Amino acid sequence: MPKTQADAYQEFIKGLWRDNPVFVQVLGMCPMLAVTNSAVNALAMGGATCFVLVASSILVASLKQWIPKQVRISTYIIIIATFVTVTDLALQALVPEIHKELGAFIPLIVANCMILGRQEAFASRSSVSLATVDALGMAGGFLFALFSLGSVREILGEGKFFGMDLFGPEFEPWVIMILPPGGFLTLGLLLLFFSWVKERKERLAERLAETGGASL
Amino acid sequence: MNELIWIFVSALLINNFVLAYFLGLCPFLGVSGRLETSFRLGLATTFVMLITALCAWFLNNYVLIHAPYLRLISFIVVIASTVQFIEMLIKKLSPALFKALGIFLPLITTNCAILGLAIFSTNKGYGLAQGMLYALGAGLGFTLALVLMAGLREESETAPIPRLMRGTAINLIIAGILSMAFMGFAGLFSAA
Repeated sequence: MPKTQADAYQEFIKGLWRDNPVFVQVLGMCPMLAVTNSAVNALAMGGATCFVLVASSILVASLKQWIPKQVRISTYIIIIATFVTVTDLALQALVPEIHKELGAFIPLIVANCMILGRQEAFASRSSVSLATVDALGMAGGFLFALFSLGSVREILGEGKFFGMDLFGPEFEPWVIMILPPGGFLTLGLLLLFFSWVKERKERLAERLAETGGASL
Repeated sequence: MNELIWIFVSALLINNFVLAYFLGLCPFLGVSGRLETSFRLGLATTFVMLITALCAWFLNNYVLIHAPYLRLISFIVVIASTVQFIEMLIKKLSPALFKALGIFLPLITTNCAILGLAIFSTNKGYGLAQGMLYALGAGLGFTLALVLMAGLREESETAPIPRLMRGTAINLIIAGILSMAFMGFAGLFSAA
């Protein structure tokens, strides 16, 4: 079945880059800006969100025939809240230090509109396998965005990466980057960078079209 | 008494939900285009926050001591039904206001600031009066941030901004500068 395989690949890639939930759709920022002040925190938060997204997508896609249309949003929210509770308790038991660091922001994954959006837009109207692939792609894209944000803020704000010193003792850390304003500024600049890349690609495609694709 | 005032001012300015905790960013970036709608949405959110604080206190004291693992699920159900109830109430009492708020009213459910409020005030172990003041401060702080942002955005529409930066990028950078300004309030209580 080469066609479905290509489809699945498309769904996966779309979440990673073209429709990246953070950089392109600007969704699910509420919990992510607060905890991305270091790469480790960003990875933990991203991992938790990924688990919740993939697990609820699988469940919603397999239960979609039995969920009445009128109460579907509440059902999705309760499914998501259940998985978040599982994640919260599991993290508390397995890695107490990270759980302490992330604090109240783990329960807030429930209100991440990206997760609810995927259930409504995709999982509720496609097969279990396709919904899983889509959720994996979106979760990967989310993790990538969180990780890049966390890395930039840790490197500039503390001069460290995963706790390793990068610049030596003369480096004056940009404290603002690990404080709240740094989160807004970094995300704003990253968005700018992404739209610049997109614009460049479009201009390149235009120029290719003008020359009639002769160079190809 | 002093402690109560501190809770209020802290939630309003120093630990502003939007600018320091990044809660409620979706309406903050989505709705803050117009001054009028952002003000109304802020007030509606404040109202939902007050009711949520009341319900959260009740749940914490009478229900959740028996089943703490249900905390998240019960909070989210309470918030969703409160919003639904308010929606019906406003529709019945004042159709004009209902029309003005439009889609923003049901969207309050997915506003993480409200769930965040319930969770934070539980974690801090606030009582009823403290919790209500915390909710009031947080709600008014949300309104304040939303209105300030809307004012700045209305100005920035006519400003000569590079085309690539228009939209979310410039809004986030404005929010960053606003957040930096709010950090100045942190000195407010260090003397006391």
